[in-house]
Amino acid sequence: MPAADTHRTIDAVWRMESPKLIATLTRMVRDVGLAEDLAQDALLTALEQWPDSGIPDNPGAWLTAIGKRRAIDMLRRTTLADRKYEELGRDVVEAIETDVIEAIDDDIGDDLLRLVFIACHPVLSTEARVALTLRLIGGLTTAEIARAFLTPEATIAQRIVRAKRTLTDAKVPFEVPRGADRAARLSSVLEVIYLVFNEGYSATAGDDWMRPALCEDALRLGRILAELMPQEAEVHGLVALMEIQASRLRARTGPTGEAVPLLEQDRARWDQMLIRRGLVALARAEKLGGAPGPYAYQAAIAACHARARKADDTDWARIAALYAQLAQLIPSPVIELNRAVAIAMAFGPAEGLVIADRLQSEKALEGYHLLPAVRGDFLAKLGRHDEARAELQRAAALTRNARERALLLDRAAKLAGDR
Amino acid sequence: MRFMVMVKASKDSEAGVMPSEELLTEMGRYNEELIKAGVMLAGEGLHPSSKGVRVQFDGNDRKVIDGPFTETKELVAGFWLFECKSKEEAIEWVKRAPNPMPGSVGEIEIRQVFEDSDFGDLVDKVPEVFENERKFREQVAKKNG
Repeated sequence: MPAADTHRTIDAVWRMESPKLIATLTRMVRDVGLAEDLAQDALLTALEQWPDSGIPDNPGAWLTAIGKRRAIDMLRRTTLADRKYEELGRDVVEAIETDVIEAIDDDIGDDLLRLVFIACHPVLSTEARVALTLRLIGGLTTAEIARAFLTPEATIAQRIVRAKRTLTDAKVPFEVPRGADRAARLSSVLEVIYLVFNEGYSATAGDDWMRPALCEDALRLGRILAELMPQEAEVHGLVALMEIQASRLRARTGPTGEAVPLLEQDRARWDQMLIRRGLVALARAEKLGGAPGPYAYQAAIAACHARARKADDTDWARIAALYAQLAQLIPSPVIELNRAVAIAMAFGPAEGLVIADRLQSEKALEGYHLLPAVRGDFLAKLGRHDEARAELQRAAALTRNARERALLLDRAAKLAGDR
Repeated sequence: MRFMVMVKASKDSEAGVMPSEELLTEMGRYNEELIKAGVMLAGEGLHPSSKGVRVQFDGNDRKVIDGPFTETKELVAGFWLFECKSKEEAIEWVKRAPNPMPGSVGEIEIRQVFEDSDFGDLVDKVPEVFENERKFREQVAKKNG
């Protein structure tokens, strides 16, 4: 095999094996930064040896063996040299000698889950959580993360180094949180994954407004987490939401790269396999029972759109009801505005306008262009053209997106013509 | 990127011999590994070609040909759909699969699935192709709707 091919294969093996390897090593040395360094050592050894010796039959086991050996060497050294590690080192060396390490292999799923919770630990900044999760669980290289977020590689590398140091300094335990802490910690994990997804789905930086590779990364993380925590309904809720949203990726841009709104999308271009996967994940969440969480509600709303063959078939009454439930869970004027749209679609613009009017006194929506845009739409449909035009012009002045501004002004101008 | 991973048929699979319990267990374990890694999007096993048909296109003619078909090694007995970062990753996953055709030389073929970005240039050059396709679909939808 040519050296370049071998290197690409090593990259692939690394992506597949590094999360498990780092998880196993973290359990041994109780420090994720150290564990990653040891794993990197094992990778370097592979990069040195495999191009000559060929890739071993079981590359994962090979890397793990090297990593463990390095860990044991290191622990033996620190046992002698550093009192801080003394107790830990002795325990681990004894454990190895009594073959407990073999038993650890059976627990790899738990170790991986512990690693997920460490990478998304609240002691870290959101940015650091994202980078560390992609690196440790997604198996992405620093360069890949940097490319995905259009950030210099040195910045990401430094972010990861700092994050690992923070975790060490905070002595974050290698465990799956229990009790009162668990829900908050889990929602931090879900937030990180959905953030990665959204960065791909509606990129905040760069020329493209979508970066599908990041959506894939997030989906993969979500799918992994769903199998690690099959009893957590909200994990399936998040997976369902991402699968269904990702099903529309192909339909979300027109021929010149412009955004195509949901109701105008060519539904024949929606990915039916992802929709089916999303609906299955949603059913899994619902089957587990309990009160749905915010992701499950959003997934249920997305599912209403996914099930409608034509935009006209959309079950707006159900969507409105779901928004009402979601708003009870996380009260937000933006959700309320969405509910107004669903109500208008289901029961007519007058009903929607009642809600939208109420939102005008909301401080949080001041300067938010979608409120006047939505009101303008309702008013136009009700034949109140003067008021509608004023609202659409106001929305146009508020939006930062040039294309959207053009659309709003165009609509306002047409209303003037109808008078 | 997505890959279609196709298990090629064997004499046994074409004869309708069901996989052994051992193989089924191993396959189950392998599938579980794929799912846990978030790699497997779909996967199915297929009936032998004796239950299949081919539709042959010749100009405007359509001819239905009943199975079985002879070129066993070219036939597909089952498939997975993977989502991976690279072809190399797909290869590494496939190498870990149990031999799907024990007792004979099994073969699994890996093919990359086309994505929109593969048509990138085409979309830029002839947007009307896609535009027309959409219009056509709209017309069909209207007619049916």
